[in-house]
Formats: sequence, structure tokens, C-alpha cells
Amino acid sequence: MMGNIKEDKQKIDVQQMINEKKSTQNNLKIIEKIVPVFLFLCAALSILTTVGILFTLLRESITFFGEQGFFSFITGTKWNPWAGDFGVLPLITGTLQITVISILVALPIGLASAIFLSEYASDKVRRTIKPTLEVLAGVPTVVYGYFAVSFVTPILRSIFPEIGIFNALSAGLVVGIMIVPMIASLSEDAMNSVPTSLREGALALGSTRLEVALKVVVPAAFSGIVAATVLAISRAIGETMIVTIAAGASPNLTFDPLVSIQTLTAFIVQGIKGDTTFGSMIYYSVYAVGMTLFVFTLAMNLLSQYIARKFREEY
Amino acid sequence: MLGMDETKVQGRIKNRQLLNKIFRTLFFFSTLIGLIVLVMLLARVLTQGLGWFDWEFITTMPAPFADKTGILAGLGGTIALMIVVAPVSIIVGVSTALYLEMYARQNKLTRFIQVNISNLAGVPSIVYGLLGLTFFVYMLQMGYTLIAGGLTLSLLILPVIIVASQEAIRAVPNDLLEASYGMGATKLQTIVRVILPAAIPGMITGSILALSRAIGETAPLIVVGAATTIYSVPDGLLSKYSAMPIQIYYWVSKPQAEWQFVAAAGIMVLLIVLLLMNATAVFIRNKFQKRL
Repeated sequence: MMGNIKEDKQKIDVQQMINEKKSTQNNLKIIEKIVPVFLFLCAALSILTTVGILFTLLRESITFFGEQGFFSFITGTKWNPWAGDFGVLPLITGTLQITVISILVALPIGLASAIFLSEYASDKVRRTIKPTLEVLAGVPTVVYGYFAVSFVTPILRSIFPEIGIFNALSAGLVVGIMIVPMIASLSEDAMNSVPTSLREGALALGSTRLEVALKVVVPAAFSGIVAATVLAISRAIGETMIVTIAAGASPNLTFDPLVSIQTLTAFIVQGIKGDTTFGSMIYYSVYAVGMTLFVFTLAMNLLSQYIARKFREEY
Repeated sequence: MLGMDETKVQGRIKNRQLLNKIFRTLFFFSTLIGLIVLVMLLARVLTQGLGWFDWEFITTMPAPFADKTGILAGLGGTIALMIVVAPVSIIVGVSTALYLEMYARQNKLTRFIQVNISNLAGVPSIVYGLLGLTFFVYMLQMGYTLIAGGLTLSLLILPVIIVASQEAIRAVPNDLLEASYGMGATKLQTIVRVILPAAIPGMITGSILALSRAIGETAPLIVVGAATTIYSVPDGLLSKYSAMPIQIYYWVSKPQAEWQFVAAAGIMVLLIVLLLMNATAVFIRNKFQKRL
């Protein structure tokens, strides 16, 4: 008797458990199907962001070009939106000036650092210096702007007394320092992926470390170094706060690094900041300049990816 | 004859070795330049800012006089921004990474998403500002509010979080995955109970580093209308806000000399916050690194 009751009880429990199990499994199956959809929607957001950037830039700049003309925008030599002059060339030469100065600073320093870290430094030294160098890349750009205007410019003034309070040289030098870790770090990665056997071969033939570095490692890692440099150029073009703070806001069509200039990015800040009303010509011009900036940086990024892929030496 | 050749060769070898030594020093000092500039930058900030940096500076609202001003509005604004940015960007970023690594088939769409993400990482931050201005501020009529600024920054750091999370997921050994499937676990169960626990340290480290980038961003916030002169800490998603870099930018661009000191003190607060975040990231990475 006792045994029977126990069996009955067990039967009921098992039935219940089966039902419960089935319902939780059904629930799980539904969740199992919903989750990938949610994850996909999140992934789609990154595409929507690109579409959104293109859409906003295109919509507002098309309005601008409809009013001012595309041709006069890209060939005009005078930029004074508040007086109705919308020629973008002074902003482009300003940006170009900053880019050239910064690369002249960053490429030698960055490349030399990369060679030192990859070919000369011991493992221990590399492991301390590389992260410290990368701290430079983590410093907020507004801090660099402060550094440029309150430290670098006064020093430059003692060398060139005629230099302006705001000038391209100071901003360009500091942008250069900012992109050093990028060139150093990415080039060092490229050099590190050159197989040790190539180095050992060259060393066994009696090469010095310098010869190994310049004649074997750098040529083998060349595509990676160029890709890093192009990426750094793109970063310099898009840099905003340093040039806004230290290079000034006077769009001059000049290549004199001692006078104040304005870059594409610095105009966007100036044009938006001054309580620009929605729908005014200045509002639209900001987007036209933004479009120009976007095209330049995108071209550089694509070029960098292309170089890294196309000219990579495979071992 | 042979002896002469030998001295010639010896001379050449000496020259080559000398050249090697010279360049070695040159490369070493070039490496030092970056570090020296970093030290100079910090020294400059400290010498200018220490006199103004005290507890009162941190707990005071901005004021029109240099000796009475403080960074509380900026600090509060930055923290409020992070309360928006952190959940949005981490949830979307980690989800995207999970989709790409665990669910996506190797087809054109997946490749397109991947290339698109690496291109988004190269878009200048000010362009994100323009996107936020048109889309969040005007089209969705959020105005110059905390939520508009927070969402703009979230989009900006999304690519960084996605890439870091993908790397963290890829670093989970395949054995663990196979063992989990072998025990009859479903894909979702594997993700929740195997992948995520193993990948979370890497994801947190990447996310903290991305957030510390968001904290230092100035340009996009100027574009989406962060306020420079504001005397309160944001109390809701729709309130006006400032941020530390915005305050610093405002102080740096003032012509009077004493504001440079205020700016330096503001930079000190900003750098301390960044230092704390980075230290946390390094700590988490070191603590969990050896487990797998």
C-alpha cells in the first residue's frame, strides 16, 4: 500500500516535471530566436550611423551648393561667411599646413621610436616605453590645445619674435606630437610581424643591427609603415581642438606658418558656436565644410586600408 | 697585399659598427622626445594649476571671476554624460560584437558591416557632432540636452567598443565552446554561460578605455550645444549640461592670464579622472588575464 502511494506521487511529479520542462524549453526556443534578431539590429545600427552621417552631410550641403554653387565653393580663394564669401581654399590650405607640419614632426620621431623599440630595445624596455608613449595618444586634445597656446607658442615667440599669438606652427608641432604614438605603435606592430628568420639571416651574413633595421626590416614592413602614416595624416586632418585653440580663426590663403590660419575643423566649431540659426547660410556652409572634411579623411582611411592590404609582404 | 685588405676591411667594419652605435643613440633619443614632451606637458599643467587646484575648486560652480570659479558643473556634467553613454554604448557594442562573432554568416553583408565599423573609427569626431546636431538636436527635437550629447558620444565610441569586444570573444579558447556544445548546450546558453564570463574582463577593459576617450572629447559636444556658462549639475535627461573639456576650452580661450591657471587646474581634475579610469582598466586586465 505504502509503496503504491509513493509510486502515484512520483508519477504525478514526473508528469509535472515533463510539462514544466516542455514549457521552459518552448520559452527558451523563443528567446533563442529573438536574441539573434536583437543582436543583428544592434549591428545594423553601425550601418545606420554611416547612412546618417552621409545623409545629414549631403542634405545640408546640397542646399548650400544650390545657393552658392559648387564650383565657386571649391575654387574660391576668399572665406568670409559673414560677408558672403564662401571660397573653401583658404580652409584647405590651412588644414594642409597643419598636416604637413605635423607629419614632418611625427614621421621621423615615430619611425625612429618604432625602429628603436622593435630592433634595439630589450623586451623589458619595450614593455615600459611603449605603453608610456601610448599615454600621449590618450591625452585629451583640449589639453594639447592648452599646451600649445600656453607653452609652445611662447617658446616659439622667443625664436621668431614676429610670430602671431595664434599660428599654424605651434598647432602643427603639437598635432605632430599627438600622432607620434600612432605612427610609432602601428609601425612597430608591422616591424614585429617581420619574421625573425629574416633578421637572423641578415645578422648571420655579418650585418650590423642598423643594416638589419634599414635594409631588411623597414623594407619588409614598408606597407604597414605607409598605412600607419596615412592613417596619422587622416587623424591630423580631422583634429579639431588643438587647431581651434592654437591656430586661430583667420582663414588666410597662405603658407606662412607664423601667421594665424583657420582649418576646416576649426571653422566648423566657429560656425556652429556663434549661435548660428538653423537654416541660415552659415549653418549650411558648416555642413559643406564638414562634407569636404569627411571626403578627405575617408579618402585617407580607404587609402591606408588599400595600402596595408595590397602591398603586404607575405612570409 | 692581403694585410692591407684586412686593415681596409677592419676599417669598414669599424665604420659600420660606429654608424650602428650613432644611430642607436639617435633612435633612442627620438624615442625619448615623445616621453620628454609628455613630462613637460604634465609639468606645465602642474606648475600652473597647483595653486588653483583644491577641494573648493572641485565643489564650486563656475563664476565670472577667476578666483571664485570651480569645475563642479563640468564634473557633474561629465558624470551625467557617462551615465547615458556607458549603458547605451556597451549594450549596443557588445551585442554587435556577439552578432558578428557568433551568429553572422561569412557573407557580403557581414564583411560590409565589418569594413563599415573600421571606417567609422576613422571619421573625425566633429563629424559625429554634425550628425548629432542634425539628427538628435533638430530632427528628434531633443534640443541642447544631456541625452542628445550622450547619444552623440555613444555613437562616437561605438566602433572602439565593438572591436575590443570582438577581440575579447575571439580570445576565448575554442575548446570551451566545443565542450559547451558537446554537453548539449544551445548557442544562447553557450554565449551566456561560457563566452560572456570568459570575455567580460576584456570587454570591460576595452569599454573603460573607450569611455575615457569619450570623457576627453570636446569638439562634438561643442557642436551639439553643451553649455559653457551653466550654474547647475544636470538633473534629468532633458536638462542642459556642460562637461569638463568644455569648461577647460572656455577657460583656455579667455585672454586674461589668470584664466590659464584656472584652465590648468581644470585639466588636473580631468587628468585625474582619466588616470583613475585607466588604472581600473589595467587592474581588471591584470587580475583576470591569467585565468584562461
